Amino acid sequence: MLELLEGSKAVARAVALTRPDVVCAYPISPQTHIVEALSVMVRDGHLKDCDYINVESEFAAMSVSIGASAAGGRVYTATASQGLLYMAEAIYNASGLKLPIVMTVANRALGAPINIWNDQSDSLSQRDSGWLQLFAVDNQEAIDLHVIAYKIAEQISLPVMVCMDGFVLTHASDVVELPTQEQVDAFLPPLAPLEKLSLKNPRSMGMMAGPDVFTETKYLAHQAMIQAHTVIARAAADFAAAVGRESWRPVRVWGPDLEDRPARQGEIAVIGMGSVMGTTQAAAARLWEQGVKTRLITLGSYRPFPARTVREAIGTADRVVVLDRALMLGVGGVLSADVRRSMARLGIPMHSVVAGLGGRSITERSLAKTLRQAKVGELGELEFMDLKQDLVTMSDAAVPVRAPARGAARPGAAAAPAGAPGAEGPDDAAASAPGAPAAAADDAMPTKPAQTGGPALTASAGSLGTATADEKATSADGAAPAAGDRAAPTASDRREG
Amino acid sequence: MAKVHIPFMQTGALAVGGRLLDEDERSVQAWQDRPSTLTRGHRACQGCAEALAARWVLDTAMEVTGGKLMVANATGCLEVFSTLYPESAWRVPWIHSLFANAASVATGIAATNHAKGRDDIRVIAQGGDGGTADIGMACLSGMFERNDDVLYVCYDNQAYMNTGVQRSGATPPAARTSTTPAVGLSPGNTFGQGKFVPKIAMAHEIPYVATATVADLRDLEAKVRTAMKHRGARYLHILVTCPLGWGTKTAASIKMARLATQCGLFPVFEAEYGDITGVTPIRSRVPVEDYLRPQRRFAHLFGPRGDEAALERIRGQAERNIRQYHLLEEGVLA
Repeated sequence: MLELLEGSKAVARAVALTRPDVVCAYPISPQTHIVEALSVMVRDGHLKDCDYINVESEFAAMSVSIGASAAGGRVYTATASQGLLYMAEAIYNASGLKLPIVMTVANRALGAPINIWNDQSDSLSQRDSGWLQLFAVDNQEAIDLHVIAYKIAEQISLPVMVCMDGFVLTHASDVVELPTQEQVDAFLPPLAPLEKLSLKNPRSMGMMAGPDVFTETKYLAHQAMIQAHTVIARAAADFAAAVGRESWRPVRVWGPDLEDRPARQGEIAVIGMGSVMGTTQAAAARLWEQGVKTRLITLGSYRPFPARTVREAIGTADRVVVLDRALMLGVGGVLSADVRRSMARLGIPMHSVVAGLGGRSITERSLAKTLRQAKVGELGELEFMDLKQDLVTMSDAAVPVRAPARGAARPGAAAAPAGAPGAEGPDDAAASAPGAPAAAADDAMPTKPAQTGGPALTASAGSLGTATADEKATSADGAAPAAGDRAAPTASDRREG
Repeated sequence: MAKVHIPFMQTGALAVGGRLLDEDERSVQAWQDRPSTLTRGHRACQGCAEALAARWVLDTAMEVTGGKLMVANATGCLEVFSTLYPESAWRVPWIHSLFANAASVATGIAATNHAKGRDDIRVIAQGGDGGTADIGMACLSGMFERNDDVLYVCYDNQAYMNTGVQRSGATPPAARTSTTPAVGLSPGNTFGQGKFVPKIAMAHEIPYVATATVADLRDLEAKVRTAMKHRGARYLHILVTCPLGWGTKTAASIKMARLATQCGLFPVFEAEYGDITGVTPIRSRVPVEDYLRPQRRFAHLFGPRGDEAALERIRGQAERNIRQYHLLEEGVLA
């Protein structure tokens, strides 16, 4: 039955269909609506034989989940952003203990500056934690993925993060179809854990392991993660069969020609995760008619990373564009590092496009521009989509100009920011050379006249979010700053823990 | 087996004085088929009072619950000396997760058991004073506040002994630790505000809070029995001598714990729902010096370059405990 549901409420109902024994969470935006809905279902008896536990922190939420899972219960929790970091120690512990916990990560940026909006820095910061990380493109996938996640987690006895873009998916209402209880029951048998606290067979869990066995423990965990590929693919296929429709897949390759094949010569392979791929699909369809041919590789599984499938899907593409929703500072995109490793021997140029950090909208228009640039060979190795050049440029008055930079002719772009990407080293010189992003910004956002003369948040006077009144006075041309032009949050901004 | 009061100072597992106890008065340890929950062969130091206390606590709880017991252990000495893979000294379903989260892990175990209708299975969380008073305080307070059905046992040896005797929030003032060395103008641990976790537990008004020491193991056993009679959050704080960290003779562990109670520095009492319901009075009061002098961690307080001012402050603490808990009054025996 098709229903119009908010993403969070839909996910809560999907979780309830899996009949969890324990739900435990600590509030953090944008995950709250999911656990609020679950608490109602436990209270009103809709979700039977389930303990809902309000804890005092995310660290406790994961710790309670560890205990509940170790005792043989099916456990659910959810978090995001700072909360994920706060539970980090317990996250590694849960995977080390091989506990099949399922946790939603409503992907959100990491502070400072504090920012509640969507990017994927939070879960990607835990990429080596030993958890599976599965990403949903839309709310239908998010629903399906929670059910599939339990099947995978319990079959291989590893915890799974179900990642869905915060606000963009969690707070968006969409027409979705929930599986029926009968379908879920048939697909997902009652939990039969490999190991648990048992009176009949008392075992010690979480023992200390010395140098004599630690490497072997990690080797086995590594192998388990590799074997997870097969289990993931089978679980996804089984679920689609169980509900009789298309569903989430670990990797999805799509082209506007609707041909089921890898990318080939003359095409650009675009790789990304999460809701951005929906927008990209729309952009790609439009560009196809203009001769910019793309093949979209949507990663549903980030951990384990389906390197072979990605390599095959890239095929003989002219170039690869990775949409990075998380950034390794001073290095580049997080996802593109994985992609680069998987295509190391292909000899195809790869472009990392850092996009949509902290909730910045990734528009169809900006995507189209990026792909057009890639087509004509004008895209740098590392690009920041829609970067507001005037906000990252040093003003003449504030800082002594060290060296003339390329593309410095533009007003408000008097010098390259010290330490900015592209300012150092021949390797990165091509990446984000001041000229190219500036042009991108111009095209993507019809700039208000006041904006170019607005305040430049200088690298020396402080980072974004700590701008001072002095900077206004020393802005490039002394023009009055435009109201609302600041990237820094103000007291009136929505700010939730 | 009902809680048995043995009104004698020295009681063995089987006998008191020269008299063999009735069967129902004997300690769990008197029985050939005792659970031996923490069994032999582990790597605790000689004279470790934590190992002794843990064995008494868990064997008693195993007996009370008919073996239906699960244990969550914080990181610390107890975890390290009992489980180096592939060996384990635990004969109980046992889990170690992290340093700070034993209380939460126990909450989770209890939650699953409750959701699955297995409320007959009881849960104990245990850790040292660092894992309780410091890093684990948030999880512990959350467990108390929710009144989760968990008995939390703190084995308080008054410092981070596992990592090499660093100061914890439960380290007494003036004590030398490896991070509060006995050098400088005010040697040893500072005179802070103190952090007596039993009082923090009582502030949550949980069903049962008690303190005990390894000097009176029958009292410890009785308190575990009382604790297991209650449902909800319970807290048991046991002073356990650490010969390594305290600098005491390995044969003196029981004696040191007794001196701690008899000088007034460690009050032994129990409380229900935030109110003290029983106090073990001082039987034969000793000056605090009798307790401090045998410990190398307090050696800098004595001798020609001793610290009379610090001793005076410690005496004051003992006096305050005696007043506050009525440790010298008659008729308050639990």
